Formats: sequence, structure tokens, C-alpha cells
Amino acid sequence: MATDVETRADPRLTVGAKIPIKLVGLFIIIGAILPFLLGGYANFQGTLIMIYAIAILGLNLLTGFNGQFSLGHSAFYAVGAYTAAILVYHLDWPVYVTIPVGGVVCFIAGFLFGLPALRLEGLYLALATFALGVAVPQILKSSHLEGLTGGVQGLDVFRPPVPEFLPLTMDQLWYYIAFGVMLIMFWIAWNLINSRTGRAMMAIRDNPIAAKSMGVNASLYKSLTFGVSAFYTGIAGAMAAIVIEFVAPDSFTFQLSILLFIGMVVGGTNSIWGAIFGGFFILTVPNFAEEISTGLSYAIFGVILILVIYVLPSGVAGLVNLLRVRIRKLL
Amino acid sequence: MNTGRKLSLTIAAVAALGMVATSALADKMYGPGVTDTSIKIGNTNPYSGPAAAYSAIGKSIAAYFDKINKENGGVNGRMIEFISLDDGYSPPKTKEQTRKLVEQDNVLLVFQGLGTPTNSAVHNYMNQKKVPQLFVATGATKWGDPENYPWTMGWQPSYQTEGKLFGAYIMENVKDPKVAILYQNDDYGKDYVTGLRDYLGDKADSIIVAEESYEVTDPTINSQMIKLKDSGANVFYNVSTPKFAAQAIKKFRELNWDAVFLNNSVSNSVGAVYKPAGLDNSKGIISLQYFQDNTDPSIFDTEPYKKWKAFMTEYYPDGDLSSSFTVYGYLVAQTLEQVLKQAGDNLTRENVMKEAANLDLELDMMLPGVKIQTSPTDFFPIEAMMPIEFDGEKFVPIGKVVSVN
Repeated sequence: MATDVETRADPRLTVGAKIPIKLVGLFIIIGAILPFLLGGYANFQGTLIMIYAIAILGLNLLTGFNGQFSLGHSAFYAVGAYTAAILVYHLDWPVYVTIPVGGVVCFIAGFLFGLPALRLEGLYLALATFALGVAVPQILKSSHLEGLTGGVQGLDVFRPPVPEFLPLTMDQLWYYIAFGVMLIMFWIAWNLINSRTGRAMMAIRDNPIAAKSMGVNASLYKSLTFGVSAFYTGIAGAMAAIVIEFVAPDSFTFQLSILLFIGMVVGGTNSIWGAIFGGFFILTVPNFAEEISTGLSYAIFGVILILVIYVLPSGVAGLVNLLRVRIRKLL
Repeated sequence: MNTGRKLSLTIAAVAALGMVATSALADKMYGPGVTDTSIKIGNTNPYSGPAAAYSAIGKSIAAYFDKINKENGGVNGRMIEFISLDDGYSPPKTKEQTRKLVEQDNVLLVFQGLGTPTNSAVHNYMNQKKVPQLFVATGATKWGDPENYPWTMGWQPSYQTEGKLFGAYIMENVKDPKVAILYQNDDYGKDYVTGLRDYLGDKADSIIVAEESYEVTDPTINSQMIKLKDSGANVFYNVSTPKFAAQAIKKFRELNWDAVFLNNSVSNSVGAVYKPAGLDNSKGIISLQYFQDNTDPSIFDTEPYKKWKAFMTEYYPDGDLSSSFTVYGYLVAQTLEQVLKQAGDNLTRENVMKEAANLDLELDMMLPGVKIQTSPTDFFPIEAMMPIEFDGEKFVPIGKVVSVN
């Protein structure tokens, strides 16, 4: 009898889903061709979208897959960005190395912040992280750290020129770097979610008591998830610092946390690739709203946001999944 | 033979045409964003976010360009197309919007980007791309560095310039000066002190008898004030932001310190500083200003004020007549108008920069004697200011304009 139950179980629950190779392959081909079809500015925007997508995915691992709320991810984004900027500006490190370093610093920061924050659930955690988000810009401006952070003036980050053997512009090169990093990060996230660890994360989200009674070490998993989430956001922050070539405290206000949150909801919580839509949304829709009316851009952004949430209650990813099921039924 | 002759004729004709074309080009040289009938000017300004109060500057500039488009048909027959984008005072957004202006909208130049961190984010980019970043709206000193950043120019007096001008004021008006300085311990505070020291030169160490700094996070500056008074100085040079400036004024009176009170323009505000400190306490404080105070009733009958007011009523009716930002926008837009006028039909980016570095201009809402002057080695347009004294209600010009030169 017992074996009977096991054979009937959905294999996705035990070994995880398989990567849809065809779709991913198509995505990679399109992504690789795009920089040659678009101008420098569009490449720069594409790069920012991918950077936001990585940060949103980090937030989604925490909120969508583990059920913990954070309104302070701008802080981790800032820590990643400043790590990269300080290493390049003060110590002349190669920019490429600073990206993973930014991520690791954020992982440690996130893990340590996650430990005490564990005692806080839901809304209380949201408030604690909110405090972190509003504190960080002020800390960066503080005169005690001014020698390191450049204070209000910020720091310049200089990118080395494109290596001569590459027939690429600076914008194209960084588009490809961001594209590569994003693919790796998405692949890691996919493997994480479709593993024992991922199932434990989701079990804690769905029913913490049941998860604990199954032997899941909830506190360890929660702080680890916090660390991994911060790691993703830190990687994104470091890349943003390099691509924008400048960091300043005003770049990492609480508003950035909200934007990432919006991106996550619009893209679809519980979805990995929805983060790309989220990044696309938070970069392009404010610009679009501004084009309609400069004075009312936030009102228009709000209206668009309400419409999107009303029409797509489970995000863009949810809509796509729904359409796939419907089409399959029709066929 | 026949074909050969035809060919040579054709070549001659083409060559002749080519020469006509080049000579026409020699008269009219256009950079990106310029046509026979229009010039595209880009701008970033915070229309949303924490610094949105500054949006009055962007709006008054747009209103001024509307005015010259309507009344004069633009500049030299070219309408000004002013593209002003919102950056919410966020440096990454500034970078994105500025790249849009330069690469997508193809503007001739970017004008009056607002804020120090925001302009810093595009400082290198603009200079690498060789696009003029003209008359940025910030008081930092780094915008006047033609050697390293030949495509960037500030407009308002920098903090260092103002520091120098205070030096000039002290040397001209105070006998046997002994200066005590209170300053905020950051770039802004140090810039003011550096400016003063630069002006005093070798004598700085003997004239400056005391220096005390405070941190933005300090609750009060009382102990600093007591130390400064004990130094026996007869000039108090206050480089602090509004909250601390109000405290300094109160303490200054409490201690019965008999000295000339010099106040930096950062806290030269009736509402934010002099009222909280007590209007009576604030009598006699001296500060520097470079354009007319549009809230001072004594100038309401003057021609410049009437002209400005007529402009405001017609082109920017929602604008606040008591805000200095609207005067600022009106003046800085006229400065760009002058640059474009001087550039004539040679509207390349190089020539625009050349003309921006070749200004000698007086504008009517400026205080008399304050000129806008630049040269290829001097990228600080305004380097003269008028000393003004607060009389308990309003500012009264005293003495004559002080200038760095």
C-alpha cells in the first residue's frame, strides 16, 4: 500500500520539475541577438531590467517561496552597490570580481539580520526590514563613514574599457555580462526551489507547524533564505553600481524597496522567470506614465498598477500558466 | 570621346555642387538636435520624490522658453524644444533619463540638471560623450574644472566662491579682523572654510582665531559657540544648515557676543532660520545674495520686477510669486538664451561650449553689479555677490558688491 501511494505522487514533488529546454533555448537566442538590434540606450535599459530581475528574484525567494516579508531590500541592494564601489574606488579591484564579493557580503549581512528577525513574523518582520531600508541611506551619508562612502557626494565607479578582442560596445558587453549572470542566478534559483531545501522553504511558508513536526529546522532555513535573498539582491546592487558608474545614498531610498516589491507582485510571486516581467514593469512603466503626463505620472502609474493587479491577480507568470492550461485543454 | 567629355562635365558639375554645399555648411554648422527651425535642449529635474519642491525651477525655465518662442520666434529663428524629464532626485534615474535625452532624443545639450548626486552620476558620461552639461543647478565646486571636465559648467556661486566673497567682505569692511568659524563637518562646510582661507591667503592663520565644527547628528552647538566667543573674535562666520543656524543666532545673543555675524546663504531664510531664532535676535546679520529678493516690497515698482511679474502671470500663472526658485529659473534660462544667441548659426556642441565660456552678461533681476562672466579658464559664471543685512523684516543691500576678481 505504501509503495502504491509513492508511485501515485506527482514526480514534481519528489524530484522537482524539469527545465523546459526549448523555451529557455529560445529565450537565450533572443536575448543574445537583441543587443545588435538595439541602440546603446536600449541596451542600457535592457541591462537595468535584468539587474532588477535578479533583485526581484531574490525578494521572491524570500517572500514568494518562504513567506517572509521584506520592505528593506533596498538596503541589501545598497550594500552590494557600495561594496563594489568601495572596492573599485579605494582598492582598485577589477570590477568583475566585485560582483560576487558584493553578493557574499550581502549574504552575510542578510543571514545575520535574519537571525534576530526570525522572532518576528509577517507584518512585524515587514516593519523591521522597513526600518533597515530607511536607515541605510542615512548611515551611508553619516560623517563617520564619509571617508569610505563619499558621503552625500557618492563615489564614482570607473569601468575598464572593453577588451580589444571583443567586437562589442561598452553597453553591449555589460548587457551580455548581466544576461549571463541572470541566467546563472535563475538556474541556481531553479535548482534551489526544486530541491529538498526548496521544498522545506515552501513547507515553512505553507504550514510552519507541520514543517517543524516533519523535522525541518525552520529557524535555520529562514535565516538561510534571508541570506540567499540578500545575496541575489547584493549581486544586482553591485552590477547596478558598475553599470551606472556611480553610487550615492539617494539611489537607495525606501522607494527602491517598494519598486522591487511591485516588480515581484506584478511578475508573479511563486514564479522564477516572472521576475523578468517585474524588472521590465518597474523600469518602463514609470517612464511611460511620465510621457503621458509629467505632473500626474505617479497617479497614472498607480492606475496602471491597479489595472494590472486586477487583471493579473497572480502576476504575469500566473497569466501565462493559465493560458497554457487553457490552450492545452482546447487542443 | 563624347562620353569622356560628358563624364568630365559631370565631375565638374558635381565638384561645383559640392563646393556650394560645403560653403553653405560653413555658414551653418549644426550639432545633434538642431535644424533650421529648432533646437532641442534636454533637462532633468525632480518633479516627484523628496526634492520635488525644486520642480518650480524646471517649470519656470520651460515657461521662459515658451515666452521667447512665442514673442521672439525662438533664438535666431529657431524654436527651443525643451525636453524636461523627471529623475525624482535619484542618481540612477538621472543616468537613465540623461542617456535617453542624449541617445534617443538627440538633444544638443543638457541644461540645468538639478542636484549634486544626480549630476555626479552623469558627470563622466557627459564628458566622455562630449555633450555640454551646462549650468548645473548645484553649489558644489567640482563643476568648474575646465581642464578635466571641459563639457561641464555650473552657474550659481559655489560654496567656495561664497567663502572667498565673505573673505573679501571681511577685508574691506572690518578693521583688524579676528574671525571665529562654526562649520558643518562635511564637504559643504569645508568648502566654505576653504574658500575663506584661499582668499585670506598667508594671513589666514593670523586672522582666523578659532574654528569649531559640528556633526549633522549633534543635538546642539552650544559648547562650540561658547568656545568661539572665548577666542575674542570680532567676526562670527556661520557655516551651518538652518536648524543649527537658528541655534547659533540664539546663543550668539544669549552670550552677548559683540561681533559681526556673517551667515552663509544656505541658511539665509526668514522662514526657516530668522523666525525660529527670533526676528529681533536676527537683526544685523549679514549674508550675501546675487539676485533680487522677490518678496521685498521695495522693488515691486521697479522695471525688472514688473517684467518678471508680467512673465510669471502670462506664462507660469500657477507659479509661486514668493518663491526664489522662479526667479532663479528665469535668470538661468536667460543665460542659456544668451549662449545660443552668441553661437549664431554655428550650433555645434563645441561652439556652444566655447560661447558658454565667453559670457559677459548682466541680467535685470540680478542685484546691480553682479555679472555673469566666464572665460575658457573660468567656469564659474557668478563670482560676485551683494552683502545684505537683515533688518528684522527684510534684507537691505549694504555697501557694494564683493567680487573674487
